[in-house]
Amino acid sequence: MSEIDPITLSVLAGRMEQIADEMDATLFRAAFNPIIAEAHDASHGLYHAVSGDTLVQGKSGLPIFVGVMSFAVKAVIEKAARDGDLEDGDIYIFNDAHIGGTHLSDMRLVRPYFRDGTLFCYLASVGHWHDVGGAVPGNYNPAATDVFQEAFNLPPVKLARKGEINQDIIDILLRNTRLPQSAMGDLNGQLGALDLGVKRMDELLDEYGADTITAALEALGHRAEALMRSELTDLPDGRWEATDYLDNDGIIDAPLKIQIALEIKGDEMTLDFTGSSPQCAGPVNIALPTTVATAYVAIKHVFPALPANAGVMRPINVIVPEGSLLAAQFPAPTGGYTETILRMIDVVFSAFAQAAPDRVVANAYGTINALSIAGTKKNGQPWVMFSFYGGGHGGSIETDGLNHGNAPISTATIPPMEILEAAYPVMFRTWALRPDSAGAGAHRGGLGAIYEIEVLEENGAEAFLFGERGRFAPKGIAGGGEAAMNVFQYEQDDGWHSPQLASKMRGIKLKAGQAVRLETPGGGGYGAAAERSVDAVALDVARGLVSEAEADAIYGTKWREGTA
Amino acid sequence: MSSRMIGVDVGGTFTDVFVLNEAEGTASVAKVPTTRPDQSSGFLDGIGCEVQDLSEIAVVVHGTTAGTNALLERKGATTGVICTEGLRDVLEMRRRDRPRTWGLRGDFEPVVDRRNRLEVPERTLADGTIRTPVDIDAVRMAAKTLQDQGCEAVAILFANSYANTANEDAAVAALRKVWHNEHVSASSEILPEIREFERFSTTALNAYLQPEVSGYLGRLENALKAGGFDGEFMIVQSNGGVMAVDTACRLPVRTALSGPAAGVIAAGYIAQSSGFENIITGDMGGTSFDVSLIAEGQSMLSPQTSIDFGMVVRNPMIEITTIGAGGGSIAWVDKGGLLNIGPESAGSNPGPVAYGLGNTRPTVTDANVVLGRIDPDNPIGGKLDRLDLTAAGRAIDEHVGAPLGLSTVEAAEAILRVANSRMAGAIRLVSIERGFDPKRFAFMPFGGGGALHTGAMLAEVGIARAIVPRYPGVTSAMGCVIADMRQDFVQTINSLVDTLDETALGTFMQAHADQGMALLDAARTKFEARELSFELDMAYIGQTHTVSVPVSVKTLDGKVTAPTRAEIEEAFDTAYRATFGRLLQNGVRRILNLRSAVTGKRPKFDLSALAPTEGGSRDPIGQRQVHFADTWHDTAIYDRLSLPVGAVIKGPAILTQPDTTVLIEPHLRGRVDPFGNTIIETSEDVS
Repeated sequence: MSEIDPITLSVLAGRMEQIADEMDATLFRAAFNPIIAEAHDASHGLYHAVSGDTLVQGKSGLPIFVGVMSFAVKAVIEKAARDGDLEDGDIYIFNDAHIGGTHLSDMRLVRPYFRDGTLFCYLASVGHWHDVGGAVPGNYNPAATDVFQEAFNLPPVKLARKGEINQDIIDILLRNTRLPQSAMGDLNGQLGALDLGVKRMDELLDEYGADTITAALEALGHRAEALMRSELTDLPDGRWEATDYLDNDGIIDAPLKIQIALEIKGDEMTLDFTGSSPQCAGPVNIALPTTVATAYVAIKHVFPALPANAGVMRPINVIVPEGSLLAAQFPAPTGGYTETILRMIDVVFSAFAQAAPDRVVANAYGTINALSIAGTKKNGQPWVMFSFYGGGHGGSIETDGLNHGNAPISTATIPPMEILEAAYPVMFRTWALRPDSAGAGAHRGGLGAIYEIEVLEENGAEAFLFGERGRFAPKGIAGGGEAAMNVFQYEQDDGWHSPQLASKMRGIKLKAGQAVRLETPGGGGYGAAAERSVDAVALDVARGLVSEAEADAIYGTKWREGTA
Repeated sequence: MSSRMIGVDVGGTFTDVFVLNEAEGTASVAKVPTTRPDQSSGFLDGIGCEVQDLSEIAVVVHGTTAGTNALLERKGATTGVICTEGLRDVLEMRRRDRPRTWGLRGDFEPVVDRRNRLEVPERTLADGTIRTPVDIDAVRMAAKTLQDQGCEAVAILFANSYANTANEDAAVAALRKVWHNEHVSASSEILPEIREFERFSTTALNAYLQPEVSGYLGRLENALKAGGFDGEFMIVQSNGGVMAVDTACRLPVRTALSGPAAGVIAAGYIAQSSGFENIITGDMGGTSFDVSLIAEGQSMLSPQTSIDFGMVVRNPMIEITTIGAGGGSIAWVDKGGLLNIGPESAGSNPGPVAYGLGNTRPTVTDANVVLGRIDPDNPIGGKLDRLDLTAAGRAIDEHVGAPLGLSTVEAAEAILRVANSRMAGAIRLVSIERGFDPKRFAFMPFGGGGALHTGAMLAEVGIARAIVPRYPGVTSAMGCVIADMRQDFVQTINSLVDTLDETALGTFMQAHADQGMALLDAARTKFEARELSFELDMAYIGQTHTVSVPVSVKTLDGKVTAPTRAEIEEAFDTAYRATFGRLLQNGVRRILNLRSAVTGKRPKFDLSALAPTEGGSRDPIGQRQVHFADTWHDTAIYDRLSLPVGAVIKGPAILTQPDTTVLIEPHLRGRVDPFGNTIIETSEDVS
C-alpha cells in the first residue's frame, strides 16, 4: 500500500467528509417527513469494507448516529457472509434496533460500494421514518413490553439486487406503515443519497486512484486513534466511579441503576458499566450497539475536536455486563432508549469530572420528556400533539449552563408554541424559564422550563408522558450543586395531581379548561457555590432566576452586598 | 445638473465609494479607511475624493454594517419588552437550540435583560379569538417601569398577534402616547407571521437597533445636507433592495446583511451583462469566504438568518454561506499531524504575519506572499508600505514546514491546497443544497483576495470559466447604485385551501400592494417599472415544512385580483412537484403565509461606462517569480485597468490594480471583455 503525503491527506479528509455531507443534504432536501427534513434526524457515512468501522461521517446528522451507524453496516456484513451473495448494486434495508441500535423508527439502508469488481467500502443512510406500524402512531409506546408492540421489525434484507429494486420489499414496507406516502418519500430520498454517494466516490477514485484513497482511509483511522491517545495521555491515570439512576421503567416502579467505572491508563481508557441494573420489563432497555454508540457520543462531547472515525475507539474498551439493561436481548422493548442513553452520558461526565473537571460540563437536564396530548374533536377528527421539551445544560469551567437547551444526543429544536396552538386545541398558559431550577455553583447550571398547557377542546383530551429525572436530580461537578428535578402535574376537578410513576403516565383524562404542567430540570452546577461572585448571585436574584430565599440558603447572604 | 449617483459601502477596514456620472456615462471609484467609532467622517471623506460639490449628487445609496456591528458587539439601546402573561422568557429560551453541537458549552444573554421584560394580562388564541382583552393600565404601568429602568426603546410582543392585531394595536396606541421617543415597535407591525420566537426576536432586535441606527443615519443625512446635498438618501436592505432612509430608521433590522447583499446584486448584474445567467460568487475577505448562488439571473433568498447564536432575524435575505477560510485564516498542524486552515483568524488586524502587526502564526495570505502571488512591495489597499516576506516565510517554516517535514515553499503550497479545497467544498455544497450542479455555473470572485484563488476553484469544482469584475474590491459599493427599491411583506393566513376566505386573502394582498406602492411613490427616484409578486407558503396538512408557491396575480390600475382556490391548488401542485418530484395522493393542501414583494425597478446604468478607454497597453509592466505547483515561473505582471478590450493574456500572469490581484495560472488565460471584466478559462477552449 502506498504511503500518503500529509497534504493530500488533509485534502482527502475534507473531500470524503464532504461526500457524507452532500448525502445528508440530498436526503434533507428530498425527505417527505419533517423529522428528517427539519430536525435532521438522519445520517450518512462511509464504512470499512471488512470491519464495517466508521471511516467518515457527515457533520449535519444527529449526534447519536455518529456512533451507531457502523453497527448497521456490521449487521449487513454478517448477513452477506451468511448468504454468500454480496454483489455490486445490492442495497440492504432494515430497522431492527437490537441489531442496528437506537429504535425501530430509524430505517437503515446499506449499500456495498465496488471498484473494478472489488468491494471497496460501504455507504449507509439512516433516517427516522414518521411511522413504522406498531400499537401507537409515531411508535413511542410507553407501555410496550416487547418490540412487537412498538413497530414492525425488519431484519437486514436485500432491497435491491445488482441494481434492481425488489418491489416486494417496498410493498411489505408500505403495507406496515400508517403513512405510506411519507415512507415512500423518505425511502426515495435515502436511495437518492446513496446514489449520490456512489457517484462522488467514483469521481474521487477516478481522480486519486483506489490505492491513494485506501491509504488515506487507513491514515485517517491512525490519525483519529493518535488524536484520541494524545488526548488521553494529557489526562491523569486513575480510576473513577459514578452512579446514577432512572426513576423506573414505566411498568414496574423501581429505580434502575446505571453505573460506570472509568479508568485511564497512559493512552488507553476503559468504560466499565458493570453494576448496572438487569434488563427490565419496560422500554428503557437499550441494545449493545446503542450502548457502545453512546459511549462514543459522550467521549466526543468531552473532546469535541475528535473526528467521526472508528479509530477514536481503538484505545477505548467499553465493558457492558451481559443481561443488563445496557445489553438488552431481543425482543425486549427499546422505544424509550433516549432516557437511558442520556443517563449513560451523565455518568460518563460525572466520572470524567473527577479526572479532569475542566474538560466536561455538569449534567444536563437528562430527559426528553416525550409528552403527547391527544383526543377527538367534535367533528370526529382525531388529534395527537406530540413533542419533546427542553431543560437546562450544565455549568462548565467557562460559563454558566445554557438555559433551555436541547438534549445532548440531539440537535432538534422545539416547535414554536404558536405552531402547536394553531394545529391543536390547546393553549400554553406558561412557556417560561423555571426559577430556582439550576444547580448552584461557581458557574451555575442553566435553567429548566415551565410549560403549562390547557386543553381547549370541548371533548377533553388524554395525556401521556414519558420522562425521567422525577426522583434523581441532575448532578453538579467539581463541587457544583444538583439541579431541580422534573415535576409533572395535571389538573382534575379537585385540583392538581402528580403521577404515581413520577415522570411517566398514560391516558390521564383532561376536561376542557384543565391543564398539564411540566417543570423540567435545570443543569447541574460547576464548582462550589461559595466561589460564585456576589455580583453574579445578585444579578440572578434581580432577574428572578434565583429567589432571594434560595440565594440566602445556597450562597449565603453575602450576595446582598453585590451589584446586579 | 445633479446627475451623479453614489454608492457607499462601509466595511470593517475600508469605506468604498462608487460614483456614476450618468450625464457623461463615466464611473469612478475611491477607497478610504473606515473611521471609528463614527463612520460618517470616513463616509464623507470617501465621497469627497470624487465629488467636491455635493449638490451635484442626485442619489446616495448606502450599504451599512452599522446594524450588524451593533448586534455583534451588543451596542444597541437598553430595550424593554411588554409581553403576554406567561411568555416573559421566549427571547431567552429561543427554539431550544445550542451554540455548538459538540461539547455542550456556552450560555446565552438575550439583548433584553429579564428585568426589562414585563408581562401584562392579555391573550389571543390561534384562531384570532380574544380570550383576554389587553389591560391598558398594566401596559401604562409597565411603560413607566421600563422608562424608570432606563429603556430607550420598547417592543410589544403578544402571542398570536399575527392572527388578530387588536390587543397589540390597543397596547401600542396607549404606549405611543406615554413613551418618550418614537422607538416603539409592535410584533404584528414588524412581522405578522406565525412563530413567536422568530417574530419576537426580529421585533426586539429591531427595537434594540432603532436608536443606534437611526442616530447614525440621521448624522449622515445631516452631514450630507450640510455639504449641499439635496438628493435622495437610501439604504440597502438584506434582501438586496434599497429603501428610503426613514424606512431604514423604522426597520433597522432589515439592514442586517446590507453590505454583502449589495455585493451579490452587483455580481449578478455584471454577470448578466456579460452573458452569464448562472454564477457562484466567492467573496474572500480577511476572516471568511462568502459564497452565494445566482441561478437564471436570480439570487437566492433565505427566509431568516442568525446574526449570532440566538439572535434570529426573520426577513428575506440574500442567501450567503460563510466558511472560515479568509486571507487571515490561520494554518496549523493538529496533534494527529493533519494540516488545518482556520477557523481561527488573524483578521485584518493584526492580520497576516507579513503585515508585521504582531501576529506570528501563518495565514493563507502569508502563503500567497511567500509564493510570489502577492507583491510584497505594493500591498493592496494602501494601508501598509510593504509586506514582510521573510517573517511570513519564517512563520510558515515554524508552524507548518517543520512539523510536516516540508520546505517553506512546499508548506506554503500545502496551505493553499487545503484552503482551496475547503473553499471549493463550500461551493459544491451550496449548489447541492439548492439542487444545482456547480459545473453549470461560472465563478465570480470578488473582495480583495478572491481573484488569487480563481484557478484553483475552476480546477477543484470543475467549473469552465470565471469572470473577474473590473472592480472586484468595490462590488458592494457598485451594488448600491444598481439595486432596485424593494419592500417585502408577510401575513400568516393559516387556512386549508378548501376553506380559504378568498376575499380576506385579497384584502391582505391589496394592503401589501398599497403600502409598497406608497413607499415607491414617496421616493424621488424614477422607476422604469414596478413589480408586484406574491408567494404562498404551503404544505400538505401534517407537514410542518412548506414550499414557496409563486402565484400569478392580475393587477389593473393598482387593484389586485386575488387568485381563486383552484388557481392556488394548481400553483401548489406545480411547485410541489418541482421540489419533491411527486404529489401526495388525497393530501389536503394548506396555506400558512402570504409573502408579497413590491419592487421599483431603478434605471440600470450601462456597464460599458466602466469599460477600458481606447489606447490601453497590452504590454507587461514587469515580471517576477511566482510559484505554481512544484516550480517557480517567470511571470509577467500587467496593469489590469489599462488592458484594452479584447486583450488576451496567457498564464502564468498577474494582473494588478489598486484593490485586487488577479492571478492567471499557467494553463489558463484571461480575456478582457467589452465591460472590462476578465474572463478566465483554460487556454484550449478559447475560441
